[in-house]
Amino acid sequence: MKIPNNNRLVKGGLRHLSVLALSVGLASNAIADDHEEKTEQQDPYVEVNPNPFPSTYQPADSGTVLITNVTLLDGIGGRLDNASVLIENGDIKQVGSNISAVEATVIDGTGKWLTPGIIDNHSHLGVYPTPDVDSHADGNEMTTPVTAEVWSEHSVWPQDPGFSAALAGGVTTLQILPGSANLVGGRAVTLKNVPDRTVQDMKFPDAPYGMKMACGENPKRVYGGKGGPMTRMGNVAGYRKEWIAATEYKQKWDKYKKEYAEGKNPAAPTRDLKLETLMGVLEGEILVHMHCYRADEMAVMMDVMKEFDYQITSFHHAVEGYKIADKLAENNVCASMWADWWGFKMEAYDGILENIPLVANAGGCAIVHSDSDLGIQRLNQEAAKALANGKKAGIEFTKAQAWEWLSANPARSLGVFDQTGSVEPGKDADLVLWSGDPFSTYTQAEQVFIDGVKVYEKGNDALWPVTDFELDQPGEGEL
Amino acid sequence: MTGQGKVENATILIEDEVIKSVKSGGSVPSGYKTIDAAGKWVTPGIIGAYTSLGLVDVEYSAGIADYSAKLEDSGYLGTQIETKYAVNPDSSLINIARIEGITSAASVMADTDTFFQGQGAFISLGDKVNPIVKGNAVMLLDMTGGKIDGSSGSRAVAWPKLLSVLQEAASLKGKTLRKKDDWDGDLTKTEVNALVPVMKGDMPLLITVNRTMDIRHIIHIKQKFEDLKIVLVHATEAWRVADELAAHDIAVILRPESNLPYDFDELGATLSNAARLDAAGVKVAIGMDTHNARLVMQHAGNAVANGLPWEKGLASITSVAAEVLGVADSHGSLEKGKSADVVVWSGDPLEVMSYAETVVIDGEQIPMTSRQSKLRDRYLQMQSDKAYRYIKP
Repeated sequence: MKIPNNNRLVKGGLRHLSVLALSVGLASNAIADDHEEKTEQQDPYVEVNPNPFPSTYQPADSGTVLITNVTLLDGIGGRLDNASVLIENGDIKQVGSNISAVEATVIDGTGKWLTPGIIDNHSHLGVYPTPDVDSHADGNEMTTPVTAEVWSEHSVWPQDPGFSAALAGGVTTLQILPGSANLVGGRAVTLKNVPDRTVQDMKFPDAPYGMKMACGENPKRVYGGKGGPMTRMGNVAGYRKEWIAATEYKQKWDKYKKEYAEGKNPAAPTRDLKLETLMGVLEGEILVHMHCYRADEMAVMMDVMKEFDYQITSFHHAVEGYKIADKLAENNVCASMWADWWGFKMEAYDGILENIPLVANAGGCAIVHSDSDLGIQRLNQEAAKALANGKKAGIEFTKAQAWEWLSANPARSLGVFDQTGSVEPGKDADLVLWSGDPFSTYTQAEQVFIDGVKVYEKGNDALWPVTDFELDQPGEGEL
Repeated sequence: MTGQGKVENATILIEDEVIKSVKSGGSVPSGYKTIDAAGKWVTPGIIGAYTSLGLVDVEYSAGIADYSAKLEDSGYLGTQIETKYAVNPDSSLINIARIEGITSAASVMADTDTFFQGQGAFISLGDKVNPIVKGNAVMLLDMTGGKIDGSSGSRAVAWPKLLSVLQEAASLKGKTLRKKDDWDGDLTKTEVNALVPVMKGDMPLLITVNRTMDIRHIIHIKQKFEDLKIVLVHATEAWRVADELAAHDIAVILRPESNLPYDFDELGATLSNAARLDAAGVKVAIGMDTHNARLVMQHAGNAVANGLPWEKGLASITSVAAEVLGVADSHGSLEKGKSADVVVWSGDPLEVMSYAETVVIDGEQIPMTSRQSKLRDRYLQMQSDKAYRYIKP
């Protein structure tokens, strides 16, 4: 085994020992090739593994399932009465009025409604689980204002009873975000809401990462007394400083890649977990989800976004989204909102009941989110309130359109709309069969399917997921 | 909907702030202004059973929030706190709540570190100069595990302390102490005097509690001090002792959606708490929000979705709420002599897509405007070429 005599490599040799062994062949080939131009002898190419915690989610065999005679909301604005949906191998195979499938298990949906599973792009289940005790407070790395290096998946406790409760509310996919104490809170992870043992077993295959950022009161409240930022202007200086660092870091890697491709033997930049995440945003690989309430702050953040050439995928909470609905639409930034939360802090004082329909009405991407372990259990009611309040103010949407706020739009915001979020052939069979019109208080999810597998059925004890934590406790088996 | 149940095609006559009559059919005598609610649902005004309306505008980092009092280790028992002096009818929350059908509310402390959380007022959300209907309506006590800091944070301290306080209060035998009276109790005269109406059952004692065993302690207290009118608040595990609660006439104010084990006192949390309590004969009231007091219809609706009969759902936010707060003589139902608080709805009031169309409080039809409706209307009109600050809805 020949080790190139290169000082730099020897220095880095210990660290890269494992890749070295693999690369020897490559180096020898380079030497063997009889190039006229003698290229510099190259050290092994350094590449950061983008997926060190890969999804191990394996859906069970769904079999072939035919759900018949339902009122179907397809999640992209369409409604079909007396519809049938055929599920095969975990996917939606066919949607229509008269589907026959000889081998299928038939579920008669007469009188019931079928929708895509609800997707909540703002949850802290697992990172702020119940019981809500200090030992479980794993959602905010409140040690310094920018912690892009932390990943929410490393805090997720799969035993959180809230996951089961959300499933009973028809939530099939959810994004687990770090909290909003920090300017940059860290990476977010997208999960299928399946009851499993590890976070990897729940991870949505091939979903891009999200990154949490936060505007306004929270960072300045948390850091005002410990070195700053203590003002909104301090917040903005904080984001810009980090984007400058991330841009430089990206330039280093770009330079490294370019020079290596040219046959040179550059030194790879030192890995930096924080800057890797920020660089992922600049490269468009990681989607920015930004907690921001006030209209004026969102406008400033959209300028920061342009200054550093990245995209904010969605503002979260966006309680004043209605004041700049046009600008949100122009900049292609979604707003993930509550139907009616307001007033718990100054930046939430101008919340109105028509926020969601007003954002949607301007052509923007409106999303209903929960940020709550109770709210997540009935997001359909949140959409219903938004729909009714819009209508009362003269903004008309259909129920079918409103379901887009619960499935297609949040799926888009998570970068998984090619896999889920609507009832269309080829999509994952993530579906909810409701006891009736899901825009009624009295309607409940009766059956929930993830990748075609029935994971919840109301009243069926065999399909009620009880976490380890709940065993032999007074609430065992209670919804 | 009235004290008599459902009345079809009803006519409600209102005169001088109170209801004069409710009749099926019924003609309207001359001299009355008429509100036509043909084909609509009409209910009593909705009551906020446990709110801090009037005591707060913005919760965090925003100045005055009179619902919070931190007295640290002053030894202050807390019975002498009175919210009636802190209620501000100009709070933006009042209009925001009332245009959705909330017409009156208990206004109580939300966050104190004292053993008792003081006396809450019962307020009207109407336009009368004085919003206070009953200034010293209820007494608050928090006996949940995490909140008994006023007694060093352990039940082993808190329950004996409560028993001793109640014994001292009972020793007064219904008579308040005067300045010249001799008194060698541990409590101050002001503190113990504040408990006299509680011991007589004239002032409901609202006890926040969740754990089953704590609720059993309360049942024992009720056996010992029989005149107490006890109402459990939150009461996550109350369904586990529903029969005993019914037998001792202990009512409950709860959040029907609270089904997660937030701490080790709430392991029995379930969506069916309200339904099971009701089935055992316990009176259930619903409504524990302040900024979103207006969501109480949805909360009651969810209790119905999880097994509470619809009539009980409506009662939980009207007649039962009034009863547990001790104001049923004046509020909570559409009956002769009651305060004329009436709501006309677009549909079933417990349905999430229904809304209040007309609201009458103390006999006056209120304007359906709030700070939020004005914000909405300003931005609905944004298409115009006028700068937004000149748009004044």
